[in-house]
Amino acid sequence: MAEQEPVNIDDLYADATHWHVNTGGETIHAKRMPGRFRSLKWYASTLWILYMITPYFRWEGHQAILFDIPKRQFHLFSTTLWPQDIWMLSLVLILLAMTLFGLTAVIGRVWCGYFCFQTVWTDWFTWLEDKIEGNPVQRRKLDAAPWNARKIRLKLFKHTLWLLISIVTGVTFAAYFTDAFALWHSYLTLDAPMVAWVVLAAFIFGTYVFAGFMREQVCFWLCPYARIQSVMVDKDTELPTYDVARGEPRGKVRGAGSESRGDCIDCKLCVGVCPTGVDIREGMQEGCITCGMCIDACDSIMGKVDRPRGLIRYASEKVMAGEVLPPLFKRPRVIAYSTIFLLAVAGIVYGMTHIPPVELSVVHARQPLFIQMGNGTVQNKYTIKALNKTPAELHFKLTVEGVDGIKIVGEAGNGIVLEAGKMIPFHLFLAAEPGVLKGKKMPIHFVLESLESPVIRMEYESVFIGPAGY
Amino acid sequence: MAKPNKPQHAPDTGHEWDGIRELTNPPPRWWMIAFHAGWIFCIIYFILYPAIPLVHDSTKGILGWTQIKEFKEAVAENDAIKAPYLKKVAAMDGQALLADAGMRNFAESSAKAIFGDNCAGCHGAGGEGAPGLFPNLADDAWLFGGDFDTIVESITDGRQGNMPAHADMLDDAVINQLADFVIAASQGKATEEGLIQFNEAGCNGCHGDDAAGGAVNELGSGAASLTDAIWRFGSSRDDVLRTIRYGVNQEDVPNTRIAIMPAFGGKLSPEAIKMLAVKVHELGGGK
Repeated sequence: MAEQEPVNIDDLYADATHWHVNTGGETIHAKRMPGRFRSLKWYASTLWILYMITPYFRWEGHQAILFDIPKRQFHLFSTTLWPQDIWMLSLVLILLAMTLFGLTAVIGRVWCGYFCFQTVWTDWFTWLEDKIEGNPVQRRKLDAAPWNARKIRLKLFKHTLWLLISIVTGVTFAAYFTDAFALWHSYLTLDAPMVAWVVLAAFIFGTYVFAGFMREQVCFWLCPYARIQSVMVDKDTELPTYDVARGEPRGKVRGAGSESRGDCIDCKLCVGVCPTGVDIREGMQEGCITCGMCIDACDSIMGKVDRPRGLIRYASEKVMAGEVLPPLFKRPRVIAYSTIFLLAVAGIVYGMTHIPPVELSVVHARQPLFIQMGNGTVQNKYTIKALNKTPAELHFKLTVEGVDGIKIVGEAGNGIVLEAGKMIPFHLFLAAEPGVLKGKKMPIHFVLESLESPVIRMEYESVFIGPAGY
Repeated sequence: MAKPNKPQHAPDTGHEWDGIRELTNPPPRWWMIAFHAGWIFCIIYFILYPAIPLVHDSTKGILGWTQIKEFKEAVAENDAIKAPYLKKVAAMDGQALLADAGMRNFAESSAKAIFGDNCAGCHGAGGEGAPGLFPNLADDAWLFGGDFDTIVESITDGRQGNMPAHADMLDDAVINQLADFVIAASQGKATEEGLIQFNEAGCNGCHGDDAAGGAVNELGSGAASLTDAIWRFGSSRDDVLRTIRYGVNQEDVPNTRIAIMPAFGGKLSPEAIKMLAVKVHELGGGK
């Protein structure tokens, strides 16, 4: 047997010399710098103000947006969605997914960088931290310093504000599911139901821990979207990219050999401002949420050293390689995502404009299928379930069509009152002389017509069953 | 900034297989937090809930939680929700119960299980009965009356049919002629002569002068209408002959028809019987 050659472990990892995994061993204190993308991030985060204030809007006497779980009704302004309409939710989810996929294919993780609640809440939390404890250098010093009155005061102040934001976030979330003002009242009087306290506690905990402590770790280790982003971007996707050709070899602006150096002066400011602790100069990587903070930082430095801006810029791999970026409508991904997006929009528009005001269902009794009556007629039993989804009481007339001679027994088809938002099943019998029956099973349909105008007309297919042999 | 992490430079454990060293890289902190949270949760759970299996039993847990206790609590909760409705059922009379859509629906839904437990064994899940054996509750032929209060009475006190055996009283030829007459009557082809013979034989004493059961039904005789299309004990000529010859519920008469409905008054609460009556009334033939 030949002597096995000893293997140098470091050689095995040669490809991974730049591989370092951020496991949250050290808190990232990112420097905050003004700039184009910084402003964009602020504008984007103001969208979440809408989330904060929406539950307080009123519309036609009720909360404008209210997901009433116990009553199984979703109120969206004038529209009320019932469980029967929930198929539209799947279209909404498809729509959101396609928006996410499409945007990612074109401009990368723009959701992550500017809009995601994890990013935005973390941004608010670190902004407070910056105002209270000072810049990153001061913060690191404070963290390392022994506990004293000043440190306790600053930390206490910061965590109190964080908790306040967390509480408001939690109450706001709960307010989408019940009357917002009544909810505040019940929380403040400590009279809220158990489920409200559990939701609030979960949200306070989640907000405080995720935005206050875990921060970029959530993006690294918890978020599923971050895990699949690598298959959603391609060579056409515009991402914050370091111009290697222009920047390398990096080094000092002046001094020996500075003439042959690239534009990157290796100031490491791009790393210092990164909220996830990424070095963008190593290329696109899982930690990058494409927020553009490094672009702002690099541009400010390039301005100072009199070199053209854009050493780090939003650019696609193709553009960096000197190729021409194909127009949007010629990219298969964009076409596919937009098509599905438009189909989902069409489905939702159809659904929203065609919500029936009344749901009708008729169930034929299964046992017995028919009853022979004393006078020789054959009777069938049906359970009628009619749900009035409008906010007003409605009056209806129920008739049966399809076979002459099959009639509703008694007055059961007249004077049907459907209370608003209620469904009480009732029975109805159909009877027919045996001579009328042409088979074992005859198709009929029920017609439910409202007496009020505009006339609401619902039909339901059913059958009349008789004994065989007639 | 993150601490540079160079996993390949971590010290090893001294274990090496085919050149692959086992390194001592620490797991991520979040993983350790989850791990510790996990075992702490387990211990708390083991203390609070039944968990450790012993030889014949298991540890009880200090909360004293059991599945049957949880079940009983849920049943009590359900009973508490139903209590006000049951009170209403007790207070309302039959007409009011049938007229109130909400209460009628409550009664029918509640009676579904009661019917399944107590009635369906003979009368079938849909009240369709069994031909010749148990009466159909869904049609409009009632031996003892199909109004709400009579149905309540039938369920509460039970019913027992009664028809004398005629084999020893009448000539067999007459019995055959009577059978032909009632079969014809059920098809609407009754003859004058037949009805005269029917009355002469004394059948009208219970079944009425017109053979339609009639007023005597309300006296609780349980005598069937012989003019409708519905047969309590089968419509074939042999079935009809047997019923006439051996009667119903006759002691010491072999081949007699058995028709006994047990009394449920002692078994079911008055509210339950009322709700059952609503269901039976709504099966298809309630008067």
